[in-house]
Amino acid sequence: MSRKIKSISIYLVRVVTLLIAVSVICFALVSLSPIDPMLAYIQANPGVSEENIARMEEFWGVNDPPAERYLKWGSALLHGDFGVSKIFRRPVIEIIGTRFAATLALMLAAWIFSGVFGFAIGCLMGMFNGRPLDSVVKRICLIMCSVPTFWIGLVFLIVFSVWLGWFPFGMSVPVGVAPENVTILQRLRHLILPALTLSFLSFANVALHTREKLVEVLHSDYVLFAKARGESNLSVLRRHGLRNILIPAVTMQFSSFSELFGGSVIAENIFSYPGLGAAASAAGLQSDIPLLLGITLFSVVFVFAGNAIANALYVLIDPRTTEGGK
Amino acid sequence: MENEVVLSVSGLSVSFRMYTKGLERRELKVISNLNINVRKGEILAVAGSSGSGKSLLAHAILGILPKNAVVEGDIRYLGEPLTKKRVAKLRGGEIALVPQSVEYLDPLMKVGRQVSPDESAVEKVFARYKLDKSVGKLFPFQLSGGMMRRVLCATAVISGAKLIIADEPTPGMSKELADRAMKHFRDLANEGAAVILITHDIDLALGYTDRIAVFYAGTTVETALASDFDSEDKLRHPYTKALWRAIPKNGFRPTEGTQPYAGSLPDGCLFAPRCELKGEKCACGAIEPRNIRGGEVCCHYAA
Repeated sequence: MSRKIKSISIYLVRVVTLLIAVSVICFALVSLSPIDPMLAYIQANPGVSEENIARMEEFWGVNDPPAERYLKWGSALLHGDFGVSKIFRRPVIEIIGTRFAATLALMLAAWIFSGVFGFAIGCLMGMFNGRPLDSVVKRICLIMCSVPTFWIGLVFLIVFSVWLGWFPFGMSVPVGVAPENVTILQRLRHLILPALTLSFLSFANVALHTREKLVEVLHSDYVLFAKARGESNLSVLRRHGLRNILIPAVTMQFSSFSELFGGSVIAENIFSYPGLGAAASAAGLQSDIPLLLGITLFSVVFVFAGNAIANALYVLIDPRTTEGGK
Repeated sequence: MENEVVLSVSGLSVSFRMYTKGLERRELKVISNLNINVRKGEILAVAGSSGSGKSLLAHAILGILPKNAVVEGDIRYLGEPLTKKRVAKLRGGEIALVPQSVEYLDPLMKVGRQVSPDESAVEKVFARYKLDKSVGKLFPFQLSGGMMRRVLCATAVISGAKLIIADEPTPGMSKELADRAMKHFRDLANEGAAVILITHDIDLALGYTDRIAVFYAGTTVETALASDFDSEDKLRHPYTKALWRAIPKNGFRPTEGTQPYAGSLPDGCLFAPRCELKGEKCACGAIEPRNIRGGEVCCHYAA
């Protein structure tokens, strides 16, 4: 038990130090960037006098030393104050909350799809190693790996939305319907294409890695022994294959949190899907510094959580890997 | 009266189909004209140097060779041909393999479940090998070498096997541990199992086995009684004699030359290029086994 507490506290220390490091770097980058926060703020209200600008600069502490400004920002963050978004005119924390719910649905759908189907197809290829089915599917996967997300998103739009008309063109809900009247089915219909686009990349990755591992396992001495003991091919896969090939799939899936985040920026823009990714790119393009920094810090925690879960799962799947290497 | 023959292998050959440059196909013969038989209650040692095809023999009997392997010859189990279908039913039951190392156990499965899903049966077999039942809850990497050996034996015992094929069960063991492992097999034979013990440690095998089949380049040159190894004169084949002389206590004298590799085997007797008895007859054709003094030998000039 004390060991668990110890490893949990180690993770806490790690995530805190990581957040401090990332926040310092981001703060430095923003400070060095040509964006003038004052100018960005008053853009929307032209006609503010020089005097007022100077007074607001004084009030905001724009001309204070960087370290002082960083500490001020940091202590505000600690109090839960992430600032107010310039574009949305709402508190950053609120935007992240609502936007993330939409993005989470998207990412989860993509993540489950690529995990389940990637793993299943990887198993299939591994079982048929070297036969035509394997080589055809392997080639398809290699092609899928090399296709950029934005391109496949556009292709999906053209084929499934424009030509076939199976799916809507974008957004997360139908246009002109009040939020409370949107059905689950409508939400799902809007989710499918962006989710497929997002899962495209990691899907093939998971399949190929699972395939490699399964081929390795099937050539191992313990599978030979299992066969010598009368186990059928299917029983070998079920009893010895699955657990032994889970590690690469789990690694791929949980370390893909960062790719999911990056991919969601692209997929959400293509499909005009109002999620965190679309907000991030809008914040970047329109110099919405509070929102940009908020999303950055949030994504750090998100990706860190993915890696931490993967580490915890390793120990469950493979008892040989324990924390501290004992 | 002699006990019934459990397994007899005659004229066995195993070759691998390989594709060389382009689509040219060639067959690489790794076992040729191999003959052994083992009786109930007996341990037959299969001895030979590395690369002489010993493990392949085990895999051929169990029908677990890779797909590109071609097996010819006659394998009979209890008098009936051991077909692919029949062996698939028997392996893991009446015919059991005792593998050589921890690598043959699933690294992520507790050993108890690997020995058998039946917990009480596992407990019984473990008790026989003085393994605590808590051992069943361990993963293979948590076992010591000696425990591992006993667990592997347990996998064969639990099925009540009539034919046990042990593939190099002792390398890397201390003399004491190896003796204990051999004793386990002797016990199994005394209880009525037929045991084929694949080894390259003749010296160790002599103390526990009944007969020894000597392997050379994928064929059996001689099957001798264990007692024949008391003196060089009782042995029949020139290679067996050379092997005898190479045992440390018998002089530790090596023979010139090396075992030929599969793919570059000489015609006729495979040992002929290194043989001192070599004559004209040796260069052509396979040599049928002859019975001499209760043993079998494949040599025109053996006496």
